[in-house]
Amino acid sequence: MSDPLDDADRAVRHPHPALPAPTRRGFLKSAGAATGALATALPGTPAAAAPAAPTMPPPPRPAPPPRRITLTINGARHELMVEARVTLLDALREHLALYGTKKGCDRGQCGACTVLVDGRRINSCLTLAVMQEDRAITTIEGLGQPGALHAMQAAFIEHDAFQCGYCTPGQICSAVALVQEARDGQASAVTADLRQPAVLDDDEIRERMSGNLCRCGAYPNIVKAVRVVATIRPIA
Amino acid sequence: MDNIDYQRPASVDEAIRLAQQPGTAFIGGGTNLLDLMKGGVARPMRLLDVTRLPGREIAQLPDGGLRLGAGVPNSDAANHRLVRERYPLLARALLSGASAQLRNMATVGGNLMQRTRCSYFTDTGFGACNKREPGSGCAAIGGFNRMHAILGTSEACIATHPSDMCVALAALRATVRVRGAQGERTIPMTEFHRLPAARPELDTVLQPGELIVSVDLPASRFAQRHAYLKLRDRASFAFALVSVAAALDERDGAVADAALALGGVAHKPWRVLAAEQALVGRPLSEASIADATSLLLDGARGFGHNDFKIELARRAVARALAQAHTGTA
Repeated sequence: MSDPLDDADRAVRHPHPALPAPTRRGFLKSAGAATGALATALPGTPAAAAPAAPTMPPPPRPAPPPRRITLTINGARHELMVEARVTLLDALREHLALYGTKKGCDRGQCGACTVLVDGRRINSCLTLAVMQEDRAITTIEGLGQPGALHAMQAAFIEHDAFQCGYCTPGQICSAVALVQEARDGQASAVTADLRQPAVLDDDEIRERMSGNLCRCGAYPNIVKAVRVVATIRPIA
Repeated sequence: MDNIDYQRPASVDEAIRLAQQPGTAFIGGGTNLLDLMKGGVARPMRLLDVTRLPGREIAQLPDGGLRLGAGVPNSDAANHRLVRERYPLLARALLSGASAQLRNMATVGGNLMQRTRCSYFTDTGFGACNKREPGSGCAAIGGFNRMHAILGTSEACIATHPSDMCVALAALRATVRVRGAQGERTIPMTEFHRLPAARPELDTVLQPGELIVSVDLPASRFAQRHAYLKLRDRASFAFALVSVAAALDERDGAVADAALALGGVAHKPWRVLAAEQALVGRPLSEASIADATSLLLDGARGFGHNDFKIELARRAVARALAQAHTGTA
């Protein structure tokens, strides 16, 4: 499966469409391989030089065999073989090549891995793939594609709501859910009156987006993009 | 993460039966358990997925109370009409915890079972943690203990319980209904979590294999005047340095009943009946607040980096009670 962001990069930036286009993913893979080769070639950096842990790591356990599961992602059913310990995030990326969902902290602290399950936003790094059978999973790829962007994706581009883009798929999935939650009457910690529907002002948007960190600090424009979609455009 | 076995019991009875095997853990939202498993802190051999069992409902009780099924996600509990109407203090506490994503995943029962965020506990690079490795010592005493407890500590452990929800539940006099091989029992919220004493590896009084079924709230007169004040290092998505659940039932200018509990200061939600009683029978005043606060913080002691929490708690209680008195929505 192709990476839609790579496709977007290619469409916008590659000046010679007749030549095989370099992709961001291809570049990262080759750069990573080069770095790895360099590290092993350097003297004085063997694994033995790593600081010793205060206690010996426990021995690995015998592995229960992988199991066959079916996940419904972006409307399509996927059969895959996974060990029970595989997170939804790793299943998406490593088993199904859906690289739009990003691994940031892998510990539920950054929000880069946010996806929608039955319409609700969750951190895909803190749930197991086997736990999500029979549920409708939506990733950034399912929200929209180049040429048919979701309103939130378009708003992020229009309002320059990212720099490096790594947190962006999670930000967008989160923001799409935020708009729906507000329409469903859900409150937040800054909602003044729990008996009244919340108005999505900037304070509300910031609080409701607090599970998505952006190291580039694109927050002002993220808030702007979310506000525009939440207040003006109907959400698809 | 260790390799694991995974089972999806078809009923509560089956879950309890399967849980009798050693090395078994229940998994609800998984937001804390999987985090701990990735860090090698929790090492269950078998997970029992209880998210598809009955127990995801919120139901009225005949006495005017409310029953929250253990599997209800935190966000659903916070936004349930009856919770917002009758127990807005609980809704406020829930909404102040974690992020929207985590609240969608985390369950009522799982929130009760979450473990301390003491970094010496969560990082296996540190050798000394009595909670993780009984008998290994406590690196937080004499270490970086800014987030740590000032009340109910022991020489073995100064960790805090991280939950916001539990602080409101303690103030609101909730009870926890659990089921195990021996049948069902009900535990007052204030007795569900333990103080560390000499056994900090035990967070709660749950017996092995017991499953939380529901949290029950008694009928409440605290729907009008309440405040959940959470003080932390950033405006959102951070654990409390100090939090206060405060609620007042005021009639004819005097406090008829008061609810008061602290979070972020002890191994459990910190509630002192005498402190609540000190507010009752007279109008809320600086004097009554000072009396209550002295009783609530009696015996408080800092460990260096967290000394500030004593004064912070004192002022937070005063502010939360004043906010509750004014009346919030």
